[in-house]
Amino acid sequence: MTGPTATAAGWTPSERQLERQAVAARVRRRQRATAALITLVVFGGLALGAVSSPGWDRFADTFLDTGHMRAAFPEVRDAFWTNVKMFLIAEPLILLLGGLVAVTRSTVSPWLTPARILAVVYTDLFRGVPTILVVMVCAFGIPAMQLTGVTNSLFWLTLVALVLSYGAYVAEVIRAGIESVHPTQLASAQALALSRGQAMRHVVLPQALRRVVPPLMNDFVSLQKDTALISAVGVMEALRAASDYGNYNFDYSAYLVAAAFFLVVTVPLARLTDWLAARAARRERGR
Amino acid sequence: MSLLRVEGLRKAYGDRLVLDDVALDIAAHDVVCLIGASGSGKSTLLRCLNLLEPVDDGSIWWDGAEITDPRIDPRAVRREIGMVFQAYNLFPHLTVLENCTLAQTLVHRVSKAAARDRARELLARFGLAAHADAHPDSLSGGQQQRVALVRALCTSPRLLLLDEITAALDPELVGEVLESVRAEAAAGMTMILATHEMAFAREVATTVCFLDGGRILEQGPPERIFGAPEQERTRQFLARVLG
Ligand SMILES: Nc1ncnc2c1ncn2[C@@H]1O[C@H](COP(=O)(O)OP(=O)(O)OP(=O)(O)O)[C@@H](O)[C@H]1O
Ligand SMILES: [Mg+2]
Repeated sequence: MTGPTATAAGWTPSERQLERQAVAARVRRRQRATAALITLVVFGGLALGAVSSPGWDRFADTFLDTGHMRAAFPEVRDAFWTNVKMFLIAEPLILLLGGLVAVTRSTVSPWLTPARILAVVYTDLFRGVPTILVVMVCAFGIPAMQLTGVTNSLFWLTLVALVLSYGAYVAEVIRAGIESVHPTQLASAQALALSRGQAMRHVVLPQALRRVVPPLMNDFVSLQKDTALISAVGVMEALRAASDYGNYNFDYSAYLVAAAFFLVVTVPLARLTDWLAARAARRERGR
Repeated sequence: MSLLRVEGLRKAYGDRLVLDDVALDIAAHDVVCLIGASGSGKSTLLRCLNLLEPVDDGSIWWDGAEITDPRIDPRAVRREIGMVFQAYNLFPHLTVLENCTLAQTLVHRVSKAAARDRARELLARFGLAAHADAHPDSLSGGQQQRVALVRALCTSPRLLLLDEITAALDPELVGEVLESVRAEAAAGMTMILATHEMAFAREVATTVCFLDGGRILEQGPPERIFGAPEQERTRQFLARVLG
């Protein structure tokens, strides 16, 4: 049934094509030179503007002191490990919670009515309350209840707060993804006699998750920064270490060290997101 | 005995009546072609038959049991009825092979290896062997539609519902898909197909049903429907589509 297929091998470009390629290369070189020049002018101008501002010397003194930066580095680095740990443990838990809540909301079984109500109340509540408030309530409220067997470790209590808060956002992102999958996909899964659960698990959810990878990663980058919120209840982490150092030495260069640590994690995370999204798109079009 | 029987079927969307008092009786190895103008209710009828749409009134019997009973599990019916949609509806995140093994392993509890063997065999028969590991979006329309056909056939259904499966295709690709359907008909598959391909309907159908405004105005063997239609509406429709 398949006819003869044309092959792409053994092709020599025509005279005209070679000429076109040469012109295209020339145009590309000129564009690159323009891009480099304009970038230099714009950023050079911005830097010059900042440096020549009246308060620049004082700013540089308190924020850009390399001596203080070097001195604060070990403390901030050790404290930043707490942020990384928090992020690494919270992220999978958030995905799990968010996924569970999103899927629960799309079920139809009468048995799951209480679960659906709970899911709606949960997302409305935790999306509407500032994260820092959730952190405080969890850190101070839970121990106050004096429940037996519940940890008093601020690390774990604040972790629960971040998971609850971000779980609600992630649930909504995933739910939007589920709803963006065309209903005919569900119809064809059902026509194949898949159950609703099977259709969700094998047909709808994989497509939904693939689509929401960029917004999800956006939330995770944001989570990585928000691990600094736990400093509000006294957990020693990067921001806290920087501010302790600053208050003690009357110099804020340590803050920039902390900022650099956050960027070292969030920027590669953003690039990874782009790469993952591009790869998924390529695979699906996959020739 | 009839494999599928429909009586007094009624379906409305809001206050728009789409199917009105539809009756059908289909025996094993029948090939029933539904013809009629756009919007006459062909797709809706097909979707009602495998319970993708709830009906408003009337009954459907499958293999002697009424399946319009609310206590019936629609999955038990759909296990035995394959469907191919007008817009292919393949699963874009799965390869061609995975599209064809999904229902076999999840619904029919076939082993992964056996499912793959079955899928590869059918794909080869439909000239798609080389595309087993490709994703659907990288195939041509005709290839995708044949994959959809293979996906439906993999679980050995007793009835195949085909909804205008060539409507979205280039004339050149229509031939290759119809060839596949013709082969299935010749092999004795029971089919109900909505189609605008009158020549094809005349050739493969054992029964042709003319739908008009949600009613089956006329049904009978193709020679009679195409040769000597009784209803004025049928004559008008055929004059229009046959030119
Ligand atoms: N989900 C829906 N909601 C509301 N109206 C619908 C829906 N599906 C179909 N209809 C209406 O029902 C009527 C019959 O539609 P149907 O798709 O069955 O027609 P058809 O015969 O298959 O037409 P075509 O040849 O264009 O595919 C149309 O008027 C359509 O507008
Ligand atoms: Mg239709």
